[in-house]
Amino acid sequence: MDLSSINPILLLASLMVAATPILLAAIGELVAERAGVLNLGVEGMMITGAVVGFIVAVNTGSPWLGFAGAAVGGAALSLVFGVLTQYLLSNQVATGLALTLFGLGLSALLGQGYIGVKAPSFPDLDVPLLSDIPVIGPIVFRHDPMVYLGLFIVLGVWLFLNRSRAGLILRAVGENHDAAHALGYSVRRTRMLAIAFGGACAGLGGAYLSLVRVPQWTEGMTAGAGWIALAIVVFASWRPGRLVLGAYLFGGVTVLQLNLQAAGVAIPVEYLSMTPYLATIAVLVIMSAGRSPGSLGKIFHAAR
Amino acid sequence: MTEPLLSLTGLTKAYPGVVANRDVSFDIAPGEIHALLGENGAGKSTLVKTIYGLVKPDSGTMTMNGAAFAPSDPAEARRAGVAMVFQHFSLFDALTVAENIVLGMDDPPSPRAIASEVARVSELYGLPLDPARIVGDLSAGERQRVEIVRCLLQDPKLLIMDEPTSVLTPQEVKILFTTLRKLSAEGTAILYISHKLGEIEALCEAATVLRLGEVVATCDPRRTGPREMAELMVGQVLQSPVRASRPEGPILLDLRKLSAPAPHRFGTPLRDVTLQVRAGEVLGIGGVAGNGQDELVAALSGEMPVDAEMIRLDGTPIGRAGVNARRDLGLLCGPEERLGHAAAPDMTLTENAALTATTRKGMARRGFMRWPQARAFAEEVIASFDVRTPGPGNTARSLSGGNLQKFVIGREILQEPRVLVVNQPTWGVDAAAAAAIRQALLSLADDGAAIVVISQDLDELMEVSDRFCALVEGRLSASRPARGLSVHDVGLMLGGAHDMEVAHVAE
Amino acid sequence: MIALEKRPQPSRTWAWASPLLAVALTMVLSGLMFAALGKNPVEVIRTIFFDPVFSEFAWYYRPQILIKGAPLVLIAVGLSFGFRAGVWNIGAEGQYIMGAICGAGVALALYPMEARWLIFPLMVIAGALGGWAWAMIPGLLRVRFGTNEILVSLMLVYVAEQLLAAMALGAMRNPDGMGFPGSRNLAQYTSSANLDLIEGSGLHWGVVAALIAVIFAYVVLSRHLFGFHVRLAGQAPRAARFAGVSPARMILMCMGLSGALAGAAGLFEVAGPAGQISIDFNVGYGFTAIIVAFLGRLNPLGILAAGALMALTYIGGGIAQSSLGLPSAAISLLQGMLLFTLLAVDVLTHYRLRFRKRSLA
Repeated sequence: MDLSSINPILLLASLMVAATPILLAAIGELVAERAGVLNLGVEGMMITGAVVGFIVAVNTGSPWLGFAGAAVGGAALSLVFGVLTQYLLSNQVATGLALTLFGLGLSALLGQGYIGVKAPSFPDLDVPLLSDIPVIGPIVFRHDPMVYLGLFIVLGVWLFLNRSRAGLILRAVGENHDAAHALGYSVRRTRMLAIAFGGACAGLGGAYLSLVRVPQWTEGMTAGAGWIALAIVVFASWRPGRLVLGAYLFGGVTVLQLNLQAAGVAIPVEYLSMTPYLATIAVLVIMSAGRSPGSLGKIFHAAR
Repeated sequence: MTEPLLSLTGLTKAYPGVVANRDVSFDIAPGEIHALLGENGAGKSTLVKTIYGLVKPDSGTMTMNGAAFAPSDPAEARRAGVAMVFQHFSLFDALTVAENIVLGMDDPPSPRAIASEVARVSELYGLPLDPARIVGDLSAGERQRVEIVRCLLQDPKLLIMDEPTSVLTPQEVKILFTTLRKLSAEGTAILYISHKLGEIEALCEAATVLRLGEVVATCDPRRTGPREMAELMVGQVLQSPVRASRPEGPILLDLRKLSAPAPHRFGTPLRDVTLQVRAGEVLGIGGVAGNGQDELVAALSGEMPVDAEMIRLDGTPIGRAGVNARRDLGLLCGPEERLGHAAAPDMTLTENAALTATTRKGMARRGFMRWPQARAFAEEVIASFDVRTPGPGNTARSLSGGNLQKFVIGREILQEPRVLVVNQPTWGVDAAAAAAIRQALLSLADDGAAIVVISQDLDELMEVSDRFCALVEGRLSASRPARGLSVHDVGLMLGGAHDMEVAHVAE
Repeated sequence: MIALEKRPQPSRTWAWASPLLAVALTMVLSGLMFAALGKNPVEVIRTIFFDPVFSEFAWYYRPQILIKGAPLVLIAVGLSFGFRAGVWNIGAEGQYIMGAICGAGVALALYPMEARWLIFPLMVIAGALGGWAWAMIPGLLRVRFGTNEILVSLMLVYVAEQLLAAMALGAMRNPDGMGFPGSRNLAQYTSSANLDLIEGSGLHWGVVAALIAVIFAYVVLSRHLFGFHVRLAGQAPRAARFAGVSPARMILMCMGLSGALAGAAGLFEVAGPAGQISIDFNVGYGFTAIIVAFLGRLNPLGILAAGALMALTYIGGGIAQSSLGLPSAAISLLQGMLLFTLLAVDVLTHYRLRFRKRSLA
């Protein structure tokens, strides 16, 4: 075992990369949940995004088009959930689970011919000047553009929720859908848009795994990332700022255990691989969740 | 006579199985305070939802200032100058006062400007509000102010108020009336929905009475007395409940310094609640919703256990006992919320009978349900309390409010309780059913049970109680004999209005 | 324009008809998918749904239906209690794995002792206890800390999978296995083998346990106070508390019951059809059982039928894979579709469709 082989700068740098897919998926789910929709299909939308993004990127040679395709794919799948829960009034928990099972099957089917194929490279974006700062430069400013895009989306969501009228309406719909309806806001339309945004973000998160982090396509490659994203939304008490903290915390655990594996610590690999999941449980237990949106997971039917 | 502000002609709206409005026509003049009277289910809500753009009529027309008016959504109605203060369902607990107000406006000013706007309107109409507070932390009266201010900021021509006083103390009602009269004097018409006839007599200049969806009368409430309006509304002569004179029995229910923390963020803690109720006695507890009523019922029913010594039933400490252990001993409860608390909406009446009566009525043997017994008991309740339903196999949700209330109250009464605690026993119930329920409670007391009636309806409490006390912010006042208590006395017991000192209406 | 109108009571007709409609719709939708994959949809559907029962090799496939269906039914019956009560254990896959590990652990610890009367029952108990204990983790965390049981039970699936790998590669590796991963073969060890009770019938102890579970669940749900409380807790939690149901006890009972049944299912599988603890021991029964539970309308008899149907798709899917070259993923997609269509048509049970003309505004 050689712990000195772990380079703290590289470790912190890869933390941001490891956190990005979770962060993307979680910010989408956060918006959906603030609108009162509990979509447990994040895992299914992520893996669909992973495979669609990969296919598009391989066939066009453009990772950017791949990400766009992943967002569209994730959003399209989420709309199935949207129609079922918002128009056919199905149970959100069951429908979300169905979405995950369906997404896992769909991605396996779509990705059949792409196993072992290499993804087009997605170069890092060396932020001019800033990336030359010692220590901080390599940790923060030498990543691929999606790392920063993820953070921009979080910032955008924060501004949207807290500073815009549309964001206020979305929060109102999530807090009390009957009241929002009585005031004349369209609960369904607001929720469908939130669901689609959640799907698009989950798709981006999945594509980040298949195009940047791994980067290739394997069946079931999300390995619970979507569920961890759901956990981080609870951890964050539905607040975007804390979401970043949660995702980076999780990224840290993941990267640390991978480094320990590489360093040959005398603990079997399997036990190290458990740690991200155990850490997620621990975080859920220790952080008592804040107050969830008032109408979260409830079926809305405008009677009379 | 001036030209009417809003004119309704032949409005009809049918839902499957029921005609909510049939050929409804009347006019509202500018600046007029117009009462819309009727029992629950008479079609008042459907009518105001039509005016507010939430419901489209099957036929009939409306005109506003002479022009055709058919709002397709509330935003359009608001643009035309209609504003509405809802009875429920229109505030967002987790949002601030300012955010709640902004949500009710179509082109709101900037967040900074809204604070000064709120301050201006509050000052003008005597409705003090802090824009930064979270709505869930406000009292019922303050919450209503949020709604009213939200409406007033849009300079409405017509303000619809749906049962506005049901959540207010008598002093708060006075302040509200002053505000409404001032608005009326400035030319805002008010459509005032209520079934409290005294208030309508004091406030309104015209009244339209609805019964079973139809206009049965229009009158001037200042000339037509409350008694006559009641008969127009109900369509029959009502009988006041009869009470036999009851001898003083032994103390059955004894609460000693009952205290409990608030069960959730927007709940109320109970503080040193002390009371005794004797056999054969009805104790009325008045108070505005959200002052600890739910918590008190939960502590008594056993849903919220407290220290053993805090509650004694016939001398036995039972504060720690569970729900069914208390039922075994004869302490039964009827909570406020019918659907979802007192009854499971999607279950049959047979199953709902078993909900509370399993132990006392022997509906289970060695853990196995005896459904025939449950069914027989459900049938007994249906027959004894005149519950209108095809049979015990129907779901609770399929019953009307009044019928379901008769069922859940009847279910407790037929279990022959020694102590019965009911919360809002006639809330949202038609007059005939309400009278039947009150009579049943009094008869139960005549048979020697101790009864606690918690209600926001002071008239009801005066009618049934022997003694009266008030629950304010989780504290219970000392009790006073109900007979001879004036509205003013009751108002003082209820602690008056919140922020009375600031609530001066700038006249 | 179509509007939904809530029925005063759920329709009994549609409660039974909607799963059938869902199956029919799934056949249509999956037929389109098969056509898109360049297969003859009629042939594929016939292969999946009819060949396992009616083809000339049906004598071989029919026992397979029992073998695949038993764990699905056993797990789904357990889950149905929780799903009815609003307790969402979706980590049955993990509890299934832990049941197998614990049960196999007993057998491997006592190997090569010959005492079937003692060892096999001990294994069943250990398996059920293993699943129960694994399910109690999310249950206790929920009761004690209010932690979301959906997320915790699911996280524990991934933990259990890692533990399974660690066992197959480490503590439980067959010492006589020439270094290959995987434990001794329990099906070849007479004291632990869960073999067919009637040779070649597929009827092993797991099938018996599944049938007992179905009957037990049926009686409890329709006749016992606990079953009444389970239904009450799910439909109206506040009313349940008013009826004297303790939410904490309900959560623990439902988690424990579903965990124990999933654990037992894992044990029967590892001691029989699978034979050994190996890295790829679990094949997703714990997740498919969720579909089975919903497709069976959370009703024990319905679950029995749904379990059989789902077993059919596994076997038929296998046939279609080998004889028609259908990708295996197409089958999991079909299973997902089945749940989707069921949730979609379920609206008819609680709501009535009304067609109305657009109002002339």
